[in-house]
This record gives sequence, structure tokens and C-alpha cells, in this order.
Amino acid sequence: MSEIAAAITLPHARGEMRAATLIGLLSLLVVILFCLSLVIGRGTVTGGLGDLISLWHRDPETARIILTQVRLPRTLLALLVGASLGLSGAVLQGLLRNPLAEPALLGASSSAALGAVAVFYFGAAGTSYWLPFGGMMGTLVATGLLLYLGGRTQETMTLVLAGVAINALTSAATSLALNFAPSPYAALEIVFWILGSFADRSLDHVVIAAPLMVIGWIMLLPTGRALEAITLGEDTAETLGFSLKRVRLQAIVGTAFCVGAAVAVTGVVSFVGLIVPHLLRPLVGYRPGRLLVPCMLGGAALMLGADIGVRVISTSLELKVGVLTALIGAPFFLHLLSVMRRSRP
Amino acid sequence: MILEARHVTIRYDGVPAVVDVSCALQPGTFVGLIGPNGAGKTTLMRACASLVVPDAGDIVLDGKSVSAWERRARARAIGYLAQERAVQWPLTVARVVALGRIPHLGPWDDIAAADAAIVVQALAQADVTHLAARAVTTLSGGEMTRVLIARVLAGMPAVLLADEPISDLDPAHRLQVLQIFRSLARAGRTVVVVLHDLTLAARFCDRLVLMNEGAIVADGTPSDVLTQDNMARYYGVNATISTHAGELMVVPWDLSGDLSAAKN
Repeated sequence: MSEIAAAITLPHARGEMRAATLIGLLSLLVVILFCLSLVIGRGTVTGGLGDLISLWHRDPETARIILTQVRLPRTLLALLVGASLGLSGAVLQGLLRNPLAEPALLGASSSAALGAVAVFYFGAAGTSYWLPFGGMMGTLVATGLLLYLGGRTQETMTLVLAGVAINALTSAATSLALNFAPSPYAALEIVFWILGSFADRSLDHVVIAAPLMVIGWIMLLPTGRALEAITLGEDTAETLGFSLKRVRLQAIVGTAFCVGAAVAVTGVVSFVGLIVPHLLRPLVGYRPGRLLVPCMLGGAALMLGADIGVRVISTSLELKVGVLTALIGAPFFLHLLSVMRRSRP
Repeated sequence: MILEARHVTIRYDGVPAVVDVSCALQPGTFVGLIGPNGAGKTTLMRACASLVVPDAGDIVLDGKSVSAWERRARARAIGYLAQERAVQWPLTVARVVALGRIPHLGPWDDIAAADAAIVVQALAQADVTHLAARAVTTLSGGEMTRVLIARVLAGMPAVLLADEPISDLDPAHRLQVLQIFRSLARAGRTVVVVLHDLTLAARFCDRLVLMNEGAIVADGTPSDVLTQDNMARYYGVNATISTHAGELMVVPWDLSGDLSAAKN
């Protein structure tokens, strides 16, 4: 008897870690990467830690400006955006009972980009509050459409196809905006949303996006227990005391806040919401509710790491972080698809 | 708790699935809900669990409409075993059963020792203790059903609704699961189970409710309900009905009337 009682309260699923240990380790990783992101730069002026320290001695004012005006905004954004994408991915996967659900794959990110582009096209400035608003509206429409198109069937292919359709629609509309861009400068700005990057962001971007992302977190984090119940199917979850209607609405609106605000200030960064929950799921014993906080930390770590990566990888032009995650994420997605096909003949 | 259907009518896209059904289910009675496919059994059961809202009439639990119950209180009162048996993630069996404790937990509580003890008991009742550490995705259909029954038992509901709980079980586990349900009824719970195995229904249930085309067409003791006439008229079969050790044995033998005509 006591053996089984222990099995309920203590980790015993293969590879599972104690929640506190996992969260502690991930937090430590985030803190380390956060500090590294502040000191590691691109180019020869302040390429490494030593360079920054010597600059600090020679010219403290410049060093301070680099730290607070250049490094800090992009580091904060990477942290916030990564956490938001990781959390949205984990919630969507739990809600749709599908390990392939991810904001970018399902068209939520590209719709947010379209929303931001539309707002920009009609004259909003680069740090206007209208940008995240446009992004949120885009995500809201896309996620709502997705659930309507068959997100509830749990058919992986239906879901992926719905995402493909939404992505096709939004990229056509974004291309249209690009096509009719009034100036090369405007075209470059639009391309930014398609590629996704933390470079050249200011604290203003952090200020307009951060509160919205935090509102998104506050909406998404309490869905954990409902997601556990949804493991048993929507009817059973309903009889366990949850209103599926409410959970769905909360998840959609929360995702809209998170993804809409994130994409509006950094462009589309794909696959974070796919990779992070997948990697962390075994460590929490596959419990969808316990996955949420680790996915926020994991997403933040991945995003910080990727953004350090694009600075370290030396190219004459800086690699956009959205391009890097897509290059890593797409093969990962193909791998997941083939694993799923093998396990379900 | 008394669960009562009062003139319940439910339509799907205008097609009636349940038509003017009234019946009161008493605690302490093991009720079998029987009838041919498409008779409306599952729809009626879903209405009892407040998963469908009747187009007319009402389902009343303990004097109050089920839809008026506070969600969590209703979740504690009614345990529902759905026909859908899929579990998405490879959770361990013990954790799936522990999900049955959700309505009893506060929003940020983790499962406490008292809950764990109840889970252990539910695992034992459904004979799945030996599977406790297994991932549910590796179980057979029958094992999965028993795990999900344990999940319902862990909630310790006053009203237990089970939709075809024994359809994919082997003979020994069919007997065992029905024994569990019967002992729960004896302990004062209200137990309703959808069954297709009529011999077992006759043996274990105190009362059978026979549905056909959305309506209750017979309601009473097994020997009142399981007659040659009812079997032919509603199931479309000629059944051999005999007694063995003082209990009914119902063996559907061949097709009768309309169904057999349609086949020929």
C-alpha cells in the first residue's frame, strides 16, 4: 500500500525530476544566459566580456549605454518572448491534446505579424501601442478560426492542415502588404516581422509589450489543472468540474496576449513553443499542468541562448534569430511527425 | 441522492434522441440502462451528467436541477465514465486515477496523503494496483477501462454513471466490475450503468430501464423487463430466456421480425 502511495506523490515515471529541482535548474540556466546575453556582443568593439570590461575602464559612459540601451532591451525581450512562446505552446498542446500544436505552426504567429504589419501599413510608428494591439487581434482571429476549423477533433492532420491554411492566408496578405509597400524602408520594416529578431530593440519595445505578455501569463498559468483533466477527454474534463468553454476562451485570449504582443515587437520566432514542451514533458512525468512553469523558463532559456547564438556566429550581417529557430525547428518538426507516424500506424 | 428525469426531451439538429423521458433513480438501487443501439441511452446519461442540456424537461439531482448545481459540487456528486476511453499523454496509471480527486482539491493544492490513500483503494477496487506505475498509453483496452473505472471510483461520487463499462472486458473482469458497482449501490450510492450483456444485467441489476427510439418502453425488475416479447419487439431478436441457479439467463438466439426480414 505505502509503495503505491509513494508512487503517487513521488516522481517515478522514467526520467522524471522533482518539480522544485527542475524549476531551480531552469531558473539558474536562465539567470546565467541572461548575464551572458548582457556581456556578449557582436563585432570587434565589444565582442567578449574582456572587451566590455576594458571599455568600461576606458569609456564608462559608452559601456553603460551599450549595456542599458543595446544589450538590456534585447535580453529582456528574449526572456519575455521566450517565456511567452514556451507557455503558449504548452497550453495549446494541452488544450488540443496534440504535441504538434504550436503558435507558429498553427498560424497564430504569422497572423500576429500580419496584424502588426497592417497596423504599421496604415501609419503606426514602430513603438506604437497599436502594434501589439494589431498582433493580438491577428492571433485572436487565427486561434478562433483554428478551433472552429477542427481543433477539437484531435486529429493531428486536421489541425496541421488548418494551420497550413491559416499560414497560407496570412502570408498571402503579408506579401500583398510587402508588394504595395510605399517605400523600400517600409518594405524592410515588414520583412523584419517575417524574419523575427531581437536586434536594435529599445526599452520602449519592452515597455509596450511586457505588460501585455504578463497579462497573457496570468490568463494561461491557471489553466494547468483543467489541462490535466482534459487529458481524459473534453466530456470527462467537464464532469470533473471545468467549463470547457471558459478554459478554451481563457487559453485563446491568453495566447493572443502572449503571442500577439511578442510578435508585434520581435516578429515571428517559430518552433520555440514546439521544441520546449517536447523536451521538458518527460521531466514532469508528461503532466500537462506541471509543464507550464518549466516551459516558460525553458522558452526563455532557449530564446536567450538562440539570441546569444546569432551574435556569436560570425557573419558580416547578423543572422536573424527567427531564421535560426526555423532552421533548427523545422527538421525537429519533421522528426516529430515521423515518430508520431511510426507510433500510430 | 435521488436523480430524476422529468419529461426530458433532447434533439440533435431537430432529430429527437430522447423523447419525454421520466424516471426517478433511488440511492441503493443498481439500475441497468439497456436498449438497442441508437435508443438514446448515452444521450440520457450525458444529460444526467449535465453534458447536454435538455430541450424540454429537466434533470433533477437531490431536488435541484443539475444545470443549477455549482460546477465543482456537481463534479463531486456525479462520477461519469464516458464511452471515450482515450488518454492523450503517457501519464502513469496512478496519476490518471488521481485525476479523479480533482473536484476535491483546492485550486493550488497538490494531492494530499488522504487523497493518495483513496487513490490506492480505487486502484485495488478496480484490480489495477499492479499497473500503478505503468504508462496508460501502453495498456490494453480492457486494462484502460478498468483504470478509468478506478478514476471514477477515486472521486467517491454519490451518483455513479457508467456508459458501457464492461463492453471490452474479459468475463472475469466483467463480473468483478459489476460486483463493485453493486456493492456501491448497496452502500447507498445511486448507480446507473449502460449494459449490452443482458444476462449479467439481469443478474446484477436491481432494476432495468429499457429504452427504444428515445423513449422508456419498459422499467422494472429484470424478469419484468427481459421478456420474450420485449426482446423481439425492441431488440429484434428471438431470445432464449431460462433460469440458472434461480437467476435469469438471456441468450439472444436469432433475428426476429423486421430485422430478419430486412436481412432476407
